[in-house]
Amino acid sequence: MSISSFFKKLRKHKALLLMLTPGVLYLLLNNYLPMFGIVIAFKNMNYSKGIWGSEWAGLKNFEFLFSTQDAYIITRNTILYNFSFIVINLVLAVALAVLLNEIRIRFLARAYQSLILLPYLFSAVIVSYLVYAFLSADYGFMNKKILPMLGLDTVNWYNEPKVWPYILTIVNTWKGVGYGSVVYLAAIVGLDKDYYEAAYIDGANRWKQFTRITIPLITPIIIIMTLLQVGRIFNSDFGLFYQVTMNSGTILRTTNVIDTYVYRALMKLGDIGMSSAAGLFQAVVGFVLVLTVNYIVRKISKENALF
Amino acid sequence: MQNLNAAKPLRPVPAKKRKKISWFQAALHVLFALGSLLVLLPLLLVILISFTDENSIYRNGYSLIPHKFSTAAYSFLWQDKATIFHAYGITIFVTVAGAILGLLTMALYAYPLARRDFPWRTGFSFFVFITILFGGGLVPWYLVYTTVINIKESILALILPGLLMNGFSILIMRTFFQGISPALIESATIDGAGEFRIWWTIVMPLSLPVLATIGLFSTLAYWNDWFNSMIFVSDSSLYSLQYVMQKTLMDIQFLASHANSNVTSSVLATVPTETVRMAMAIIGVGPIVLAYPFLQRYLVQGLTIGAVKG
Repeated sequence: MSISSFFKKLRKHKALLLMLTPGVLYLLLNNYLPMFGIVIAFKNMNYSKGIWGSEWAGLKNFEFLFSTQDAYIITRNTILYNFSFIVINLVLAVALAVLLNEIRIRFLARAYQSLILLPYLFSAVIVSYLVYAFLSADYGFMNKKILPMLGLDTVNWYNEPKVWPYILTIVNTWKGVGYGSVVYLAAIVGLDKDYYEAAYIDGANRWKQFTRITIPLITPIIIIMTLLQVGRIFNSDFGLFYQVTMNSGTILRTTNVIDTYVYRALMKLGDIGMSSAAGLFQAVVGFVLVLTVNYIVRKISKENALF
Repeated sequence: MQNLNAAKPLRPVPAKKRKKISWFQAALHVLFALGSLLVLLPLLLVILISFTDENSIYRNGYSLIPHKFSTAAYSFLWQDKATIFHAYGITIFVTVAGAILGLLTMALYAYPLARRDFPWRTGFSFFVFITILFGGGLVPWYLVYTTVINIKESILALILPGLLMNGFSILIMRTFFQGISPALIESATIDGAGEFRIWWTIVMPLSLPVLATIGLFSTLAYWNDWFNSMIFVSDSSLYSLQYVMQKTLMDIQFLASHANSNVTSSVLATVPTETVRMAMAIIGVGPIVLAYPFLQRYLVQGLTIGAVKG
């Protein structure tokens, strides 16, 4: 292709190229510049000298990061939380979708689904209020009503690290299970009814139909959804870990994840080196995970792979 | 039809079996009714607390049974309405401006990608795709918006960073636009319409379903955002509603101290803090809950295309 034909093409499509311009500019600013900005992790950042003028620090930022206990804690917390979120949400969402599909009165099924989906729309701030109504040390529903009813001592929730893995898991399930059930219900409704009729005639009961027809047929979508989440296992829902814990410092042992760590190191300590090192660690591992997951998806079913 | 009717007497369903099926249905309804109630319980609790008398909370704690009904919390917030209305105003402006601007930018970007005669469509699709796979993380992103272009302490800080465009949404729009017949676009070209005109008068009106769905997600993201306020803004007159709510939960004095109304220190001492907090939550979540029945269809649509196409 000669240069003149390239310019001819350029002229021919100039309106379409103009349409792309605002989006390209935005993505350059919002996504691509920060990607190049990861070099900060290897720099001794000095605001007055700017990103490019600051001196190179080699791997010193990473040495600092990994010599602290924090690196281990935040990595462990991030992976364990996200792993349990994925498993619990998957099991519950599929179960709910199957049961919703069994309900005969359609408008009631839709009503249940709407109610279960509602928390998905709440911001992390709203969720933190709802949780606070239960966990407030002085007046909370748990300390004032439920624990006395069970004859248990009150708990200082926002200062007690060991309860948070349970609380955050419950909150995440409450907020996220509706989304999963919507997706799986759509998949189940789309299945061919003939399979079920044939199975019914052959005398298969509900459980048999569930294990032998429904589950195998929705397995591809389960795999895709799960693998996509596994690819993002290093990224946490910042709002859940920051707002719902009310940013309490005494429970960080069980509530600090990579995202909240990076935020605190940057905004509260102003430690750009350490926070960018942790951020880069997260981005690289996340990227490798996405590539791996996509490779596995391609092996299983090519048309479902991302690329 | 006749066959089915004829088959019935041949295979009579025993009364017992029929009953079993309806028991199963009843059990399902009980399960889901209880489940839905459990999901709504936190919201109910907060609503009821907000209507309870403050002193009865000091005595009994938060309770599902309002021992003494009171609207004191809402009257207190009404005295302080300037702060709340202002925050509402900021959030509404940011949401409307952000969602419209985002939708236009994304649709403008997605349209050339859907045109089969556009030679660079793969390259530009890939340009979006990379942003889904890889990000630089919070630190360089923050530095771009504070040093490369400084939008700290401005309303742009609530609109631009992070929320304006979404890679998945662009790709979903592209797929939808690809479904529009190229013959339609060709005939418009022959009639002398330019690209922008075709996009605006043919493609966009035909794409209302996908625009509604993506616009809804965009709207929700802006409405629910507190993060941009938290990291880019310290001037309280630019706080979004969500961020004012966050500040109020962490420190109830925040509302009173930022009010430019006639709240004096003597009033402050009698602030019904616990109920005001919860009333604030209701004021924040109210619009979402009220709009939910109308939005739900698009929401479910969006979640399912996102899962299948994403």
